[in-house]
Amino acid sequence: MLLEILSKHRFFKAEIFILFSRSSTIDIIIQIIVSGLAAGGVYGLIALGLVLIYKATSVLNLAMGEFMTVGAFICLTILTQFQAPFYVAFIFTLLFAFVLGVVVERVILRPLIGKPIISVIMVTIGLGVVLRGLMYMIWTPVYRNFPDIFPPKPLNLGFAIVPSGLLWGFIFAVIGTLIFLSIFKFSRTGVAMRATANDQQAAQSMGINVRWVFALAWSFGAMASVIGGIVIGNLSGISVYMGDIGLRVLAVIILGGLDSIGGAILGGFIIGVLENLAGFYIDPLVGGGIKNVAPFFILVLILVFRPHGLFGKKTIERV
Amino acid sequence: MRCGDFKETYLQDEAIFQSLPVKFFLSLFFLFLLIFPFVANAYLLYMANMIGFAVIGAVGLNLLTGFTGQISLGHSAFIGVGAYTSAILITRYGFSFWVSLPIAGLVSALAGMIIGLPSFRVKGLYLCIATLASQFIFEFIFVHWESMTNGITGIHIPPPQIGSFKFATEKDFYWITLFFAILAVGYARNLVRSRMGRAFVAIRDRDLSAEIIGINLLHYKLSSFAISSFYAGITGALWMSFLKVVTPEHFPFILSIQFLAMVIIGGMGSVLGSIFGAVFMTIVPEFLGYVTTVVKMQAPGYEQLFIPMKEVVFGGLIIVFLIFEPHGLAEIWNRVKSVFRLWPFSY
Repeated sequence: MLLEILSKHRFFKAEIFILFSRSSTIDIIIQIIVSGLAAGGVYGLIALGLVLIYKATSVLNLAMGEFMTVGAFICLTILTQFQAPFYVAFIFTLLFAFVLGVVVERVILRPLIGKPIISVIMVTIGLGVVLRGLMYMIWTPVYRNFPDIFPPKPLNLGFAIVPSGLLWGFIFAVIGTLIFLSIFKFSRTGVAMRATANDQQAAQSMGINVRWVFALAWSFGAMASVIGGIVIGNLSGISVYMGDIGLRVLAVIILGGLDSIGGAILGGFIIGVLENLAGFYIDPLVGGGIKNVAPFFILVLILVFRPHGLFGKKTIERV
Repeated sequence: MRCGDFKETYLQDEAIFQSLPVKFFLSLFFLFLLIFPFVANAYLLYMANMIGFAVIGAVGLNLLTGFTGQISLGHSAFIGVGAYTSAILITRYGFSFWVSLPIAGLVSALAGMIIGLPSFRVKGLYLCIATLASQFIFEFIFVHWESMTNGITGIHIPPPQIGSFKFATEKDFYWITLFFAILAVGYARNLVRSRMGRAFVAIRDRDLSAEIIGINLLHYKLSSFAISSFYAGITGALWMSFLKVVTPEHFPFILSIQFLAMVIIGGMGSVLGSIFGAVFMTIVPEFLGYVTTVVKMQAPGYEQLFIPMKEVVFGGLIIVFLIFEPHGLAEIWNRVKSVFRLWPFSY
């Protein structure tokens, strides 16, 4: 994948060639790990969105991938149709995500509060299918590239090269994560959200508007995922089918623990690196494609051996 | 005029055919099913076959999801396992279709039990994610185990035959589909009123209480997974031998969602419901395809808009039914029936 991305930027080819031709296996592995870490940052961000929603409302949003894709499409449309600068498009996309989150929570999820878990999961799947179909209608299933919005200079760490897309993606992911974390940790809203996650009734009796917290959790989740969508769109272009990443991110949150924010971020890095390593080592054996499935293999292993993940609460009922 | 419940024994309450009118209309329906292939054209017969496969698959999934309460997002993977088992046995080892069919079911059931094993440790959300993972893993195996599955080129399957008679056309295959669909529905309908069926429902309603009253959870959960996957395997083997070719593209994630949609729209925990759901979810896309062609004729250029309509309608139906009619078409059917039965004193 690294070479794939790098080879898109014509002028790096020479540099990469030099790097790879004189490098030992260790260098290649370091390179793979570094790009895995960079991709993991994005995974962590999307996983953070999932965890925020899960913590506050105990709903696992399987339409996250579609949220992400729709955000990337909106951003791209504003960039190309209206020739707007990137920061304008970015702000509008965030606004859109906010509204999307509130509307989805209000219209679709609220009537299902207290319903069996299968209904709640199915409704998010249904939502994902609808969003995907709508995107197909509006943007057609053509594969699109983002215009270059980040300066294309790669970062040379000395022992490895980080291509610009991954570098900026990583920076965005980290900044986004930090912002969400600090909101969650320090602001009044964040405290209200944590209180609701902890005990809904107690929070309500303390005068916290639980409905608003639910809506807010959904819009924060949507915002985190659209940032992830924009970053990924930048790296590898977007199509309607980008949403599949949203399902792979499930491996991240299961590894980190469904309700642990720190776990989501660490899990993102781990899965990003493992996925890249699997792509490098196993792909030649099975003829490609392992990278997209590796998270699911990891997922099954975690579920069998440590279902609550690295940092999750050990409250899984084992019946 | 009967406006109430007049059952005096449990036997009456459990009866499959509740009253004389039910028997009457059902025999009319069976008569219709028998006459149907002689009056219908190839297209209608094709649809009838597809509905038959959907019914078998949906009833199987309903046993797992609707009755036992275990969510499976990997039903299409089990259908694939059955289809590939049957195809490989027929083409590579020269088995007859009739022998490969139960083996396909059993192999699928084994796969289902392996996937269902985590259900002893995890439940709800986690189980749902585990089955989701298995869906993608199986898809990967179908594509990449080329020595067995032929990868994306797929396997061509000869039509089933008895003696020298080949079930090659839609009309011939209709009899196979009808036979297995009736068998599948009949077995499921009887299963849910047996000890096992009641155990399933107990597990769905409250697993802790079920364990306390002496239901072995692992045994019944695994049985449920196995039966459901067996149905899926049979569906896959029949379906692919009807299409005469099996490729990995036949078993995408969206197919699992379609089957879940059939179960939910039809009505969870109702065998009749899954039949309604299967019929409904097979006819709606066809109808949308028809609308697309009409639009193409009337307003060329706009038909692009209607191609993804199928997914939008699927997803929309899932959402609408979950919010407004969680018991599905079966409940609507019951309501309509009772309006007629109790008219004019419906209280």
